[in-house]
Amino acid sequence: MRTALIALRRDRGALALSFILPIAFFSIFAVIFGGRRDTTPKVSLLVVDEDHSAVSQSLIRGLEREGSLAVKKRPAAKKGVEQPEYTAATAEAAVKDGDASVALIVPHGFGENPISFGAPNPNQPTIQLLKDSSDMVAPQVVAGMLQKVAMTAMPAVMAEQGSKYMDKYAGGFTPEQKKKIDAGLEELRKRQDAESSGQPTAPADPNHANSNQGMPIPVTTRDVVGDNKNKDMLSFYAAAVGVMFLLFTASGAGGSLLDEVESGTLDRVLSTHVSMGTLLTGKLCYCVLLAFSQLVLMFLWAWLVFKVDFPSHIPGFVVMGLSTAFAVGAFGMLLASICRTRAQLGPLSTLVILLMSSIGGSMFPRFLMPEAIQKAGLLTINAWAIDGFTKVFWRDEPVSHLWPQVLVLLGVGVVLFAIARRLARRWEYS
Amino acid sequence: MASAPVVSIPTSLLLPLQIEGLVKRFGDLTAVDGISLELKSGECLGLLGPNGAGKTTLIRSIVGRVTPDAGTVSIFGDRADSAGARAALGWVPQELALYGKLTCRENLESFGQFHGLRRAALKAAVEWCLNWAALTDRAQEPVKNLSGGMKRRLNMAAGLIHRPQVILMDEPTVGVDPQARNRIFEMIEKLRGEGVSMIYTTHYMEEAERLCDRIAIIDHGRIIALGTKDELVRNAFASRSEVLARFARIDDSVAAWVKERGGILENETARFTVEHATEIAGVLDAAAKAGHDLADISLRKPNLESVFLQLTGRELRD
Repeated sequence: MRTALIALRRDRGALALSFILPIAFFSIFAVIFGGRRDTTPKVSLLVVDEDHSAVSQSLIRGLEREGSLAVKKRPAAKKGVEQPEYTAATAEAAVKDGDASVALIVPHGFGENPISFGAPNPNQPTIQLLKDSSDMVAPQVVAGMLQKVAMTAMPAVMAEQGSKYMDKYAGGFTPEQKKKIDAGLEELRKRQDAESSGQPTAPADPNHANSNQGMPIPVTTRDVVGDNKNKDMLSFYAAAVGVMFLLFTASGAGGSLLDEVESGTLDRVLSTHVSMGTLLTGKLCYCVLLAFSQLVLMFLWAWLVFKVDFPSHIPGFVVMGLSTAFAVGAFGMLLASICRTRAQLGPLSTLVILLMSSIGGSMFPRFLMPEAIQKAGLLTINAWAIDGFTKVFWRDEPVSHLWPQVLVLLGVGVVLFAIARRLARRWEYS
Repeated sequence: MASAPVVSIPTSLLLPLQIEGLVKRFGDLTAVDGISLELKSGECLGLLGPNGAGKTTLIRSIVGRVTPDAGTVSIFGDRADSAGARAALGWVPQELALYGKLTCRENLESFGQFHGLRRAALKAAVEWCLNWAALTDRAQEPVKNLSGGMKRRLNMAAGLIHRPQVILMDEPTVGVDPQARNRIFEMIEKLRGEGVSMIYTTHYMEEAERLCDRIAIIDHGRIIALGTKDELVRNAFASRSEVLARFARIDDSVAAWVKERGGILENETARFTVEHATEIAGVLDAAAKAGHDLADISLRKPNLESVFLQLTGRELRD
């Protein structure tokens, strides 16, 4: 036991893996899944009001008051110029572009007949919920919130509509019943107006509130991204998992530089016509080739076994694959040039890659994470690579739309390789 | 004013290797302390010295892997790390600098390509090296499966793949058995027959004696003696011989007695020099009178080991 403890104390890498990594991971998971309430991510929701009725406005105000939703009626101002409100078309385009996961279109005539009982009425205007299927949480949240807001933000409308249906399907109310219902509706309108203006209100009659429960607002849901592409969700996982393993592969491949240092072949090679720059470039090319081959194999497997639509996405895959492979290859070279021995490289690369993968979206989707962690994730290769592959396979975006991801990945690759080259100078001469 | 005419010296007339005032320090340690040396065409110059004497640092300076703090190194007139010097120099490092998972042939091909060899020239060079190192029948064997001696031979061959004119061998026989060592000697003698110039570092005196035309004895980063073996012995001992007297018991009085008579005590053996063999009787008589028991006594002609001991006061393999 004593010898094992002494060995552990002197092995900083093993110490880090034993104590720092578990704590770091626990902290990340704790922040993401068990963190403080104010760090829970808000669902970004685009709203288009085509009805402009009191009912629709009341509904939207109710949605805006929900703390879990970030409601946007118009795009962010550009250069100080306020943008026009979303239309059905621009909202759909924004969801397709990934600006938000959900959009609600409140159609003309919604306010006249906002709720529906019994058999569906094809002539009744219904709210449209446009969603991006890659986000499995946000559409569910919005759909639930919509029903809740209908109950709490416009109870008078709900009750009025409910009584109309009652009157229609139950054979009509007596004059005395109608009088009581009208009095109740008037009370509800007062409460609703008071809530809209922010004034405190008396607690609602629980029996009255309960009576409104379960009244559905008709909603038509439509996938604008990922429609009927359940199989292609696998491409997200292929990219997410693939990038993490690419990082491990690249760090292992970059480690061949340390093998050469330790075996003495580096000295021997540098005594020939091969310079350090040429040697590192060769090793980078090897890392890139290896990483790209790994991605190709993974997506071919996903295509052949899991029916992911690979052939029709080949151009985008090649662009993203090469950019990602270049960035991870340079990352591998940097890790190797930071370390002095292979023994150092193992623990360091495990620590860094697992941390990058956890906040970069390789372990769970970034949209589940608090905003701060989502922003931190943008510092990782994983996040940019996964975003790019998602654009290709999920959003069917053209290659020209990949430029932000490609630019970042190539830029990161160049910077990391330049640092690695600088650090490798210590092996050039002694 | 007319400028002086530029006279270019043909490469064949330039010295294969010329070192002037070379100094290399690592922190407080001066590994090479002002060494000047010349290697003549076709010559094998031995660098003989104990571990840590500075031999390897000197070799690495020549091959351009160490940047000296002072002094110059030129190979056929070219600076050490120039392209011309790299082409002319062949370096066999002390460690087995080979790719373990690659076969013998793949290793040679790789190092040949690093030296700029391609296609037919590369193929011919690889075949020559395999033949020279007697590894033709093991060409497809991964290096990790080879014996220690075979690895050493391949290590040498990899340094010669581009057929350099000047070869630097840094202790090529470290860790090999006597039989494998003899095979390496034969390889080096074959090379010498082809007229290459060579620097051969070792701390084995017998290797230096067998292979080298001249020997530089190096210690603490300095050359303390340089010449042929006979010159070194003659300079250190003139015509005197060595008397080795082994004591049955060593104590302070023995050490003081040896020192008083101008001898050197190493372990249980004292070394004296005598002009004539008849002087041994005097040594025996003096030891007896001083009360020191001698286990045995012998007379021998001085060798390189004796020279090193004479010059430094310690043995070569300390």
